Amino acid sequence: MQPTDTKDPQYYHKVVDCQWGCPAHTDVPAYIRHIAQGEFTQAYMVNRESNVFPGILGRVCDRPCEPACRRVRVEEEPVAICRLKRVAGDLKGDIKELLPSIPDKKNGKKIAIVGGGCASLTVANDLLPIGYEVDIFESLPVMGGLIRSNIPKFRLPPEVIDEEFNIIVEQGANLYLNHPIESMKELLKESYDAFFIGTGAPKGRELDLPGRNDTDEVHIGISWLESVAFEHIEKVGKKVLIIGGGNTAMDCCRTSLRLGADNVKVMYRGTRDRMKSSDWELEPALEENVELVLNHSPDEYVIEDGKLVGMRFSVLDWFKDEKGKLTSKKIDDVVIPCDTVILAIGQENSFPWVERDIGLEFDQWEVPIVDPVTYQSTIKGLFFGGDAAFGPKNIIEAVEHGHQAAISIHKYCENQALTDRLEYGMNLVTEKMGLHEWSYSNDYGYENRLEVPTVPMNERFKDINIEVEMGFEPGQFQQEVERCLNCDIQTDFAANLCIECDACIDICPVNCLMITENDDEESLRKKIKTPADNLEQDLFVSEDLPHTGRVMLKDEDVCIHCGLCAERCPTAAWDMKKFTLKVPYALDEANSTNTNATKKAV
Amino acid sequence: MSYIKKPKIIRENALRNKLGMTLTDYEGVMSTLCAGCGHDSITGAIIQTVFDLNIEPHRLIKLSGIGCSSKTPAYFASQSHGFNSVHGRMPSVATGAHSANSELFCIGVSGDGDTLSIGMGQFTHAIRRNLNMLYVIENNGVYGLTKGQFSASADVGSTAKKGAPNVQIPIDPCQVAISIGATFVARSFSGDKDQLVPLLKAGLMHRGFAMLDVISPCVTFNDHEGSTKSYLSTRESKREALYTDYIEPFSEIEVDYDQGSSIEVDLHEGGKVILRKAEKEFSPLNKSDSIRIIREAADEGEMLTGLLYIDENTPDFTEMENTVKKPLNEIPFGDLCPGSKTLTSLQKNYK
Repeated sequence: MQPTDTKDPQYYHKVVDCQWGCPAHTDVPAYIRHIAQGEFTQAYMVNRESNVFPGILGRVCDRPCEPACRRVRVEEEPVAICRLKRVAGDLKGDIKELLPSIPDKKNGKKIAIVGGGCASLTVANDLLPIGYEVDIFESLPVMGGLIRSNIPKFRLPPEVIDEEFNIIVEQGANLYLNHPIESMKELLKESYDAFFIGTGAPKGRELDLPGRNDTDEVHIGISWLESVAFEHIEKVGKKVLIIGGGNTAMDCCRTSLRLGADNVKVMYRGTRDRMKSSDWELEPALEENVELVLNHSPDEYVIEDGKLVGMRFSVLDWFKDEKGKLTSKKIDDVVIPCDTVILAIGQENSFPWVERDIGLEFDQWEVPIVDPVTYQSTIKGLFFGGDAAFGPKNIIEAVEHGHQAAISIHKYCENQALTDRLEYGMNLVTEKMGLHEWSYSNDYGYENRLEVPTVPMNERFKDINIEVEMGFEPGQFQQEVERCLNCDIQTDFAANLCIECDACIDICPVNCLMITENDDEESLRKKIKTPADNLEQDLFVSEDLPHTGRVMLKDEDVCIHCGLCAERCPTAAWDMKKFTLKVPYALDEANSTNTNATKKAV
Repeated sequence: MSYIKKPKIIRENALRNKLGMTLTDYEGVMSTLCAGCGHDSITGAIIQTVFDLNIEPHRLIKLSGIGCSSKTPAYFASQSHGFNSVHGRMPSVATGAHSANSELFCIGVSGDGDTLSIGMGQFTHAIRRNLNMLYVIENNGVYGLTKGQFSASADVGSTAKKGAPNVQIPIDPCQVAISIGATFVARSFSGDKDQLVPLLKAGLMHRGFAMLDVISPCVTFNDHEGSTKSYLSTRESKREALYTDYIEPFSEIEVDYDQGSSIEVDLHEGGKVILRKAEKEFSPLNKSDSIRIIREAADEGEMLTGLLYIDENTPDFTEMENTVKKPLNEIPFGDLCPGSKTLTSLQKNYK
């Protein structure tokens, strides 16, 4: 094998599984260490740089980081990364002084942003410090978009949204609330230098079965949640059926309980492992006595005397056919009584305000065609992000879209090629403090993952606004932070210093090192004491070692970053170095252009 | 040494031996030796050896004397029996332990000081007794524990850390052992586990006294340019006389051996060694050959490694002395201690 190029920032980036899994590449271990040291404001700012809304995401992020967490490969449960993020949000101090300064002299460029959700506000957050003038148009009387209207207040209190959104607007964005944009054609005529569309995927999917039009008691989930959020709906029936198995279904069933329903059933047509809802959204629902009914496919709304009295379902048996394709067979037919049905079977993009003759191309699902790197549509200067760009995804994806779109907008306004973007950079700094001392807590924490405390069951339903999760308390989060394996503190190897004493191999608690003759990858993976059989994780191969010409191998799969290899290394060939990924943002693009301009001038 | 304890993490795909044990199960406490000490690698090789041989921890005794080397038994097989004895006196204690229970696998770990200086007398007499044990010398050429004075195995001309050369002739434990009748003599290097582990296995399964001289660089006092026992100089001067493979009992021999130049020796305690010759004019079954080839190599400034001499036929201590085979703890007390009347009648025989 060729020696591993650890100078490529993506190599060490991949070792930091959580950061690699995060669409916005949040430096998770760094902020967890800040929390460990009681530096909540710094922890918050590390978050904010990449994900902009730590308080919001600390409650409702889809947390792709957690299944990716290395801890899952060492024991059962990942670090409670999302919950720790909330700790930083809850306990931070004043951050106003720490935000990038906004230039008094503007750069003369004006950007229109349609929609006041996370993607849009990220664009504003990234462009304001460069000197852009930003106009945000929101159709509702409040900002937030989907997270305001679709996420119930018992999961995400409105104050948290207000705080994190307002701080961006207060940096000088012009906010136009109650200001729906009725025509894209008219908008594009206005004197803006670029446009960003972050209007989400606001249309809930319909389920047109017999009886659908004979009752008022069938609701579309996301519209219904929005009506609840804005207090247009304050009641629901006693027996409620939720159709669907995603996170919207979970929000609908728990909301129903808080509006007075006695019996709530989530009806899903498949098996549980195919449900799209996250475990951490399904579990609280089950805990609150929501009934989960699987393998039931809806056929008909049953109406008697003009009233909804139930819903007819086919009971399905799922099996794999001869070709291995999952198919179903109807084994029964049942009517489940109910007085309300809420449909949570997906959402779609909807652009009724966009004319189809302006040169903007759409795909077959009525989603505009958007470049996955630049986020530019088929009209130059018109950018999309968030759910509006590629259909429904999640909040953290939307934030990353916003960052990338902001870079494109800046480049577009500067007449630079949109694809000529700054590359990732990195910093590596040794953590060595002394012979056996490192500037991070390298001891392995054996504790199991902590459950986050919640409001007692008998208190939860008194008011729809009572936030159920209370966040970790001091003592709890101090325990949880120690579970983090500090994957960003990299084992950095200098082959030229190695004397092949084997000390690192002998001490490694997870047997992930070996010195051997170089070979092809398959053979090398077998030579490590505990075979490196997780092919998704890289195998580090050093340069030839000076004494024998053999190579050092490291299986990146389960290294727990304890630093014992570096402690036992007599020549400091192994060192523990803090890896910081340098993610370029719009401001970095602006600064690099300025530097180049200065250079040219000189 | 380290401030933190080595975390105990058993991976799902960790290798397990026939007893269901992992390598971690055969570890001991954390080493307090210097970072990079050759002795720690030997510890690692011993752990690999007892793991591969599926040795039940209660059937192993580990013994040592005094010195850096003699701390080693604390670092492996913490579930086994152990005895850290007086300086240079480990062979006596091993003789006692072996007499009491000859069914134990016995590993003695000593150093060049503990063996070739203060313990020389005990060492040679343990060889004469052909005590059934594996005797490992962790040989670094210096007294590391007392800050790096030359030991009896330091080569002439090898320099101390400050530059002064050694002028006294070294004692080569391999030559000494062969000349006074050792039945298994081998040399290896702590930085070459591919060679060391099969030798440790063969030594442990050999009947009689198996002496393994392992060059184990002292990373603090003897790993500099003028040293002949540094990592680099050892790699440069070592030459393998024989490639040794240990074949477990009842297992298939997977590699093709050239019948003409390889030798098979069945080991008394199980398994066999296959020796592939690098030197044509050399048989490790012939004492004179062995001594000659070691001396010739030394004259050329080379250090010969591998299994240098083996004799699987000489009876060991228990056979020579016709002592009881059964462990003493399994013999009824009445038989072990027949009482004063029996003693009196026994003594009458000598009057």
